[in-house]
Formats: sequence, structure tokens, C-alpha cells
Amino acid sequence: MSAEQKGAPAKTPAVTPASTVVEVGPSVSTKGPALAPDTSRTLNLADEIAGRFPSAKIDYVRPRRVKLTVPPDKIKVVALYIRDILGFDHLNVVGGTDYIQLKEFEVIYFVGSISTPGQQDIVIQLAERVDRDSPQVPSLTEVWGAAEYHERETFEMLGIVFEGHPDLRRLLLPEDWNDIPPLRKDYVSPGR
Amino acid sequence: MSTAFEYSPDADRIMSVSLGPQHPGAGHFRIRLWLDGDYVVRADPDPGYVHRGEEKMSEYRNYIQNVPHLERPVILDSSGILFAYSLAVDQLMSNNIPPRAEYLRVIMAELNRIISHEYYLGILGLFVGQTTMITWMMGDRDLFIDLGARIAGARVTFAYIIPGGVRNDMPEGLHVQAFETFDWFEKRMDEYEKMFFRNPLWEERSKGVGVLSREDAIRLGATGTVLRASGVAHDIRRAEPYSVYPDFDFSIPSYKEGDCWARGYVALQEMRESVKILRQAFKNIPPGPVRLKLGPQPRVPAGEVYARTEAAHGEMSYFIVSDGSPKPYRLKLGVPSFKNMRIIPHLLKGVHIADIPPVYWGLNYWPVEADH
Repeated sequence: MSAEQKGAPAKTPAVTPASTVVEVGPSVSTKGPALAPDTSRTLNLADEIAGRFPSAKIDYVRPRRVKLTVPPDKIKVVALYIRDILGFDHLNVVGGTDYIQLKEFEVIYFVGSISTPGQQDIVIQLAERVDRDSPQVPSLTEVWGAAEYHERETFEMLGIVFEGHPDLRRLLLPEDWNDIPPLRKDYVSPGR
Repeated sequence: MSTAFEYSPDADRIMSVSLGPQHPGAGHFRIRLWLDGDYVVRADPDPGYVHRGEEKMSEYRNYIQNVPHLERPVILDSSGILFAYSLAVDQLMSNNIPPRAEYLRVIMAELNRIISHEYYLGILGLFVGQTTMITWMMGDRDLFIDLGARIAGARVTFAYIIPGGVRNDMPEGLHVQAFETFDWFEKRMDEYEKMFFRNPLWEERSKGVGVLSREDAIRLGATGTVLRASGVAHDIRRAEPYSVYPDFDFSIPSYKEGDCWARGYVALQEMRESVKILRQAFKNIPPGPVRLKLGPQPRVPAGEVYARTEAAHGEMSYFIVSDGSPKPYRLKLGVPSFKNMRIIPHLLKGVHIADIPPVYWGLNYWPVEADH
């Protein structure tokens, strides 16, 4: 096997060709940074957002997580600020929770950062609360293009309507689904 | 390709065709295509044929009962999906995982990464007509499944990484078989490179096809091999080090091209890095206990947590809301294939019909995982 490989390189180079540029990440060849539970960076981020938007409520600050709740009519401005000024450009996932006792839905956007070094481990959790009887919130597809399918999933699973979404259709459920949205707490799975 | 023709009232020359869902070439997944002659003008993914309601199911089961069903969406990377779950529950419970268990978790996750990438490259080769690829990959993949089976006891659905550690210790002397496999596999990967990646036919089919720019990859939320093939060296194992990954020396392969060739090649290079990690892990694994005694129904304090890991397909994340009861109040599963599904309509627009298989299968996409 090895003799065959020795003969081969004349035709097929084992090394990477010049056209394939290997981009080296920030901390690649050495060992990674140690896990340091340090909240200073996330506290700074929380202060910046809270200073700029007084209506934003900081729920918690952890070493790598910030959660803030904003009113639905402000969420687009805050989202644009988080994306453009703070540099959080990569939407990870959108979640929704049914707080049936509070008669509220929570929609939450988990946003990470790729292009800005030094904060790639931080996730900002941008949440909004909406009344359970008229669940209408603005869509953030214009801010993060990745939100499109995540919002469609939240729409069908919880029945939250995202206004301004380009294509708000069902995604995963069967076409003939004829019941309340399944992830609401008052929906009970058959047989339970 | 299974075809269902539909009349399109828009224009006579635009024809709407279904790709899937019955044909294995689409994998429990349907893409609705609008074609102008041989070219795709619009593509609309239609997932949900294998939707199981994992999130609703989780609300009826306690944190330990949730382990086996949560790995079902992606059985070819069963440790990748459970690693993130265990990490989230451990953070909620403030568990201090024993070091040996952390090493075993990393060993299993990296074995599963190789198993998953082998499958990915196999079907990628199969659907462009390079059938040697699937036969080689299915055979070689079994060596790693054997290693995993000797550790976990089960063959594919390992259910090995659980909250509080791992299910059991690995058998003594396993490193002998492991190092033999790694020695052989490292030479074997050179053959993959010669036979597949430097094959002029594959280069012709894949280079410059389905190019995803760096900006689009970030904007559309791509993760995993797709993101790293578009010039972003972003890997959660380095970006947000979890478990004992800071102890290991490995690099994050990343290429600027963003085409199908680069996406496949990233997976090959990642397998090399996984072997590197596995060698260090088997060499340096400390002795000690491998799991905490949590009992069959652990008490999880109220609170919420968002944890993410780098699984084989990309970034795997869990958002768990606990109200202090034995079952999760809400469990949100963020699976990488669902995130990468947004790339499909973007890349398929304007491609030739014959380029659909390399573009679609090059995305390291697993429909069952996307449906969760």
C-alpha cells in the first residue's frame, strides 16, 4: 500500500494544491483557551444594550449568555443594533414557549457571532413576550435571513403570527392537521 | 428521481416537479422544483415526512427517559445529539462530571463524527455515480461502529452520553484495537483522496458548482461543514470550548471556495482531525469514576439553559426550560440540518438538473434530523 503511494505523487499531489487556500482560525494550532467563568464581557454587552434601549429588560447575565426581553414593537430596532453595532451576525435558532398560566407566549432568538473575534462564544438571547389571545409579533427575517424557516416552525407549532414574513406557511406538520398548534400547553397528545 | 408532474398556470415553459419524497435519492424529503428546460428557477424544500414531535414527546418524559428517543432523529451521529442534551442538563443541575467521563464523551463524539462523515461522503459519491465510494465507506464505517459497540454495547444507537456522565466504562485494552484501526484508517484516507477527491470526474462535477459565498453562509445561518467550506473557520469546539476539548491539539479545516468539492473535502480533513483527537484521548484518559449517581428521576432545579456543541452535521443546540418538576417544561431542539435547510433553495436556484445531487447531498444534510 505504501509503495503504491510513493509512486503516485507524480500524478496526484498529496499536498493541498495552491488553489485550495487553507484559512487558519483564531486559535487553531495550539490548544484552546481554558474555560474561564468570567461575566465581564457579557456584562458589558448587557450594559450597552440597556443603556441604549431603556425598555429592554435584562433577564440574566452568565459568562457566555445574555438574555433580554424587549417589547414586540421595539424588537426590530434592538435586533438591528445587535447585528450591526454589536456584531452578532449568525442566528442560531428561534424558540417559542407557551407560558399558559401567565397567558403569554415567549419568542426567543438565539444569536451568535462569527465575524467579530473575541465574542464567538457568546450567545445573545433576544426574547419578547406576547399576549396569548392575539399572538402577533414582527418578523425578523429582514434582520437575519436565517430566521425564515425557524419562524415558520414557531408559527405552526405555537400559532404565533410573524407579521412581515415573506412566506408564512406550515413546514413540518401534515397538510391535513386540523387541531390547535401542538406545542401549546393545552394541546394533549393522543393517548396521554 | 421520482417525478410527479403538475400543471403550472404561471407559464407554459415553467414546469413544477417533485423531487422525492419516496425515492431514496431524496431521503424522506421532498423538494418542489420549478424548471425551465433543464434549469431550476425555484426550489422549495418540503420537510416533515418523518416529523416525530420530539419536542412534545420530551415534555411527557423525565430527563433520563428522554435519552433514548432524543437520539433517534440522527442515529448516524447519536452521540452528537446526546452530547448537547447532556451538557444542557448538566448545566441546569450544576453537575461536576468526572474527568474520565468527559474523555469518554469526547471519544464517543469523535467516533460518531467519523461514522457520520463516512456515511455522508459515501452517499455523496453514490449519487454522482461514484459507487466505489459507498462500498468503501460502508465497509470502513463499520470498524468505527465496532469500536463504539465495544464501548457502549449497542451497535448504532449508542445512547451512551447521558446526563451525569456516560453509561458505562470502556473495556480494558480497547486502545490496542483502536490504534490499529487508526493506523490503518489514516492510510486509507489517503486512498479516499486519490480515488475520489483527486478524481477528474468528481472534480468536474463539483468544482465551482453550488458556490455559497461567505456572506451568504453567515446571513442564512449555515453551520458545520457547509460553513467551514465557505471560508469561515467556526467550530464550537474551538469557538466555545466545552467538555475537555481545550486539552486537545487539533485544527479546524476551512476552505475559501464554498463549492461542493470543498464541502466534501472539509469532511475528509475533519476525519483526520478526529483521529488526531482520538489518539490523544486514548493516550491521556485518566482513571476514575464515569458517572454520577443521579437516580432514575433526577431532581432538576427550575431555570433555563441554552447549550450548544459541534455535532457531525454542525451546531447542535438545546434550549431547556425547567420549572423544577421531573420533566422539562419546554425543550427546544436546534438541529444543524434544519439550519442548513435554508441553504437548499438558495443554492439550487439556477443550477442544472444534473447538479442537484452533488449540491443537495453535499450539504451534509440529514432529512430525519431536520424534521426532528
